[in-house]
Amino acid sequence: MELILEGIAKAASLLASLDREVMAITWLSLKVSGSATLISLLLGISGGTALALSDFPGKRLLVSLVNTGMALPPVVVGLFVSIFFWRNGPLGFAEILYTPAAMVIAQAIIATPIVMGITVASIQNLPPNLRLQILALGATRGQMVRLLVREARLPLLAGVMAGFGGVISEVGASIMVGGNIKGYTRVLTTATVMETGRGNFDLAIALSLILLLLCFAINYLLTRIQQRERPR
Amino acid sequence: MTGGEVFLEVSDLELHRGGARVLSIPSFSLREREVLSLIGPNGAGKSTLLLALARLLPATRGSFRCRGEEIVSDSAVFSYRRRLGMVFQEPLLFDGTVFGNVASGLKIRGMAQTEIRERVMTTLELFGMTQLAERSARKLSGGEAQRTSLARAFAIRPEVIFLDEPFVALDPPTRQTLMDDLERILRETGTAAVLATHDQLEALRLSSRMVVMNRGEMVQSGPPEEVISRPVNEFVASFVGMENVLTGTVISSGGGVVRLTLGERQVEIAGSADPGETALFCIRPENVTIDIVDPSGETSARNVFAAGIRRVIPNGMFHKIHLDCGFPLVAYLTGQSIANLNLAEGKGVYASFKATAVHLIRSARRDGGKY
Amino acid sequence: MNQWQRLFFSLLIAATLAVTGICDSAAAASKTLILATTTSTQDSGLLDVLIPVFEKESGYFVKTIAVGSGQAMAMGEKGEADVLLVHSPDAEKKFMDKGAGVNRRLVMHNDFVIVGPAADPAKIRGTKSSAEAFKKIAKAGSLFLSRGDNSGTHAKEKGLWKGAGIAADGQKWYQQTGLGMGQTLNVAAEKKGYTLTDRATYLALKKTLGLEILVEGDAKLLNIYHVIEVNRAKWPKVNAAGAKAFGDFMVGKKVQEIIGRFGVDKFGAPLFFPDAGKKPESLGL
Repeated sequence: MELILEGIAKAASLLASLDREVMAITWLSLKVSGSATLISLLLGISGGTALALSDFPGKRLLVSLVNTGMALPPVVVGLFVSIFFWRNGPLGFAEILYTPAAMVIAQAIIATPIVMGITVASIQNLPPNLRLQILALGATRGQMVRLLVREARLPLLAGVMAGFGGVISEVGASIMVGGNIKGYTRVLTTATVMETGRGNFDLAIALSLILLLLCFAINYLLTRIQQRERPR
Repeated sequence: MTGGEVFLEVSDLELHRGGARVLSIPSFSLREREVLSLIGPNGAGKSTLLLALARLLPATRGSFRCRGEEIVSDSAVFSYRRRLGMVFQEPLLFDGTVFGNVASGLKIRGMAQTEIRERVMTTLELFGMTQLAERSARKLSGGEAQRTSLARAFAIRPEVIFLDEPFVALDPPTRQTLMDDLERILRETGTAAVLATHDQLEALRLSSRMVVMNRGEMVQSGPPEEVISRPVNEFVASFVGMENVLTGTVISSGGGVVRLTLGERQVEIAGSADPGETALFCIRPENVTIDIVDPSGETSARNVFAAGIRRVIPNGMFHKIHLDCGFPLVAYLTGQSIANLNLAEGKGVYASFKATAVHLIRSARRDGGKY
Repeated sequence: MNQWQRLFFSLLIAATLAVTGICDSAAAASKTLILATTTSTQDSGLLDVLIPVFEKESGYFVKTIAVGSGQAMAMGEKGEADVLLVHSPDAEKKFMDKGAGVNRRLVMHNDFVIVGPAADPAKIRGTKSSAEAFKKIAKAGSLFLSRGDNSGTHAKEKGLWKGAGIAADGQKWYQQTGLGMGQTLNVAAEKKGYTLTDRATYLALKKTLGLEILVEGDAKLLNIYHVIEVNRAKWPKVNAAGAKAFGDFMVGKKVQEIIGRFGVDKFGAPLFFPDAGKKPESLGL
């Protein structure tokens, strides 16, 4: 208990003093997970919409694959991304292992199925005739897709939250492909693991609290948007 | 309102789903300004035909012509779709205001903001809902929502509007006012319409032509009054409320009068038939008259029968009287008349009907209507 | 719809900017060096002191990947690291025999200590040999807490039991925590048991523990670090020049002094002992 109080005090002092290293780590966490979420939104929403709207043999299989992908273990992603980006691996020429870019890629791979799965469900939950109604209003295919996505935007926001929450809090992939390099690829989760290993529990708790605070702030923001749009 | 050029002409339309043929329409046409209703039971293919006509559902085969021009290419289908409006059972409104919804078709067409504003306001006025313009679509009642959906369809000034049971989810008074408004707006704007419904009263109220559908086929087509009084087969007869459909044998035919045996009795029917042929005798209940004294001397009705009342069943505004006059017959009477005539189950009365009130379906034409 | 289109495109642009921004910093880092090392060098904070000095002097950007000694050598064997800083002498010899590394140089050592309650029920205080101390613990049946997590420390401890000829596993007085060093020390303090710990972690937590160092200084308790350059002849992508620069840096006089002083101000005693240039035999190798 004392430890937790010490951690809270430490977190408060780190936040209050705007500790440079902690701020840099927090900012990198946001940048990496934010970019990964944005990429996963682009891929997940477009792919999910295409999947939800198309009809082909094997669609069910693909949808269940995507849904399985929603629970993709980060360490598995970390392992495969590492293998691909090893110097002597198939994509070694890119020389991006142990860089934030590699972390963005790994996290995007983790978040994309989450966003895609939620997109498929959201689009499929729209009234079946809505598609026809939009086409009957004279929409091109592109306009129809945009209007459908717009109609599904509230559940899609849940997808954004789930995707971001999934990647900002994961540690397995980040530590494997980022390497927890000080001042370069060290993010809140990997720093927490390291400080715990070092026995610096107060600092570890402080970092966890900052992470929680960050998740809360982002989810609060998105929930506000969602609630504002919801019928009262 | 059946005048005007042919707007849409369809031939050899077939639609298959999962290997089964769900639609088979050898030919169909819709004139400018014409309001046509498709009636039939659930699953008859009304909605499917509607979607096929709007080119929202790909047909397995068939040719479509709009004002004589064939709609084949994707771009032709696309520009055809921009000439039509569509309203479904559910309002299917977008998130946003009533204004935004009514504007959506215009926005899709890339119309200028000021023009959109003007057009939306005109349309809202047409539907008597300008005061709802800024209301959120989620806060509308069912009737207001469907009204908005109709306004959205009309805002683009379609040449034809397809209506898929638009009133089915509404309560009767709301349905009535919306139907009245729709009737007026169709008339004022001269928009052609195809209305799918299973309610013959809606069809009678709104349309100038009625098409009866069953199992993906058009069974009968004509002015609503004609379809209702002269069904071509047993299916249509029962669907349009022809409660008395009985099988009889033709004894003789001549001078515009057919004599037919029904059970132990003989009836006279205006028309002609071949002696010995089996035919269906059809009469609407409202065309059967009931008296307590023998009206033979006073009525012009050729057919008068002594009958016993088997059952009296309240049925909305009318009571349904089941009679036995050697053959079963159903008549309608108001509750007031029943009281005045002091009618009750088991009582003896006289049933009469005119030879011209009976519609005869000749056997050769029966098979089309099995269901 | 316009508002959402705008949002969509601003997201797209933001994503592109963010990713290119991140990639830019990676592209600029073409003069990078991958150092695979053990968690102890990172956890102690030693590398946080040394790496910035090296980066400043050499101009290389060092990517320190802190893993177990075994994994660090596996990375070297696949050419995925340029230089290793590890403490597993037997495995290192095999690594060198395979020709995976070149220029293995002794850098420093730190040591393990046996700690326990001040009352010292097994009377091991002052015992010179770790094997002797372990035998006493077993004989007295005093509680001993093991990490039990297959860490380097756990491996070392198992080796010591084997050396003492004792099968501790399964004994009533022998308990495995399955936890990290710090937590295992806490458990030992709570239960008044003995445990094997690295000096650095012990020093960091000493204040709150109430455990004392009872046995230290045995050559068998030494934890010896070598720097090994990965063989470029085997893996052409290896940054051999950078690896050599790092090796030279680690055994250089200035760095050796830094190592010797590291931790003194914080713990009152050094965490590592510089060994560059010494004969391995002097450390009991």
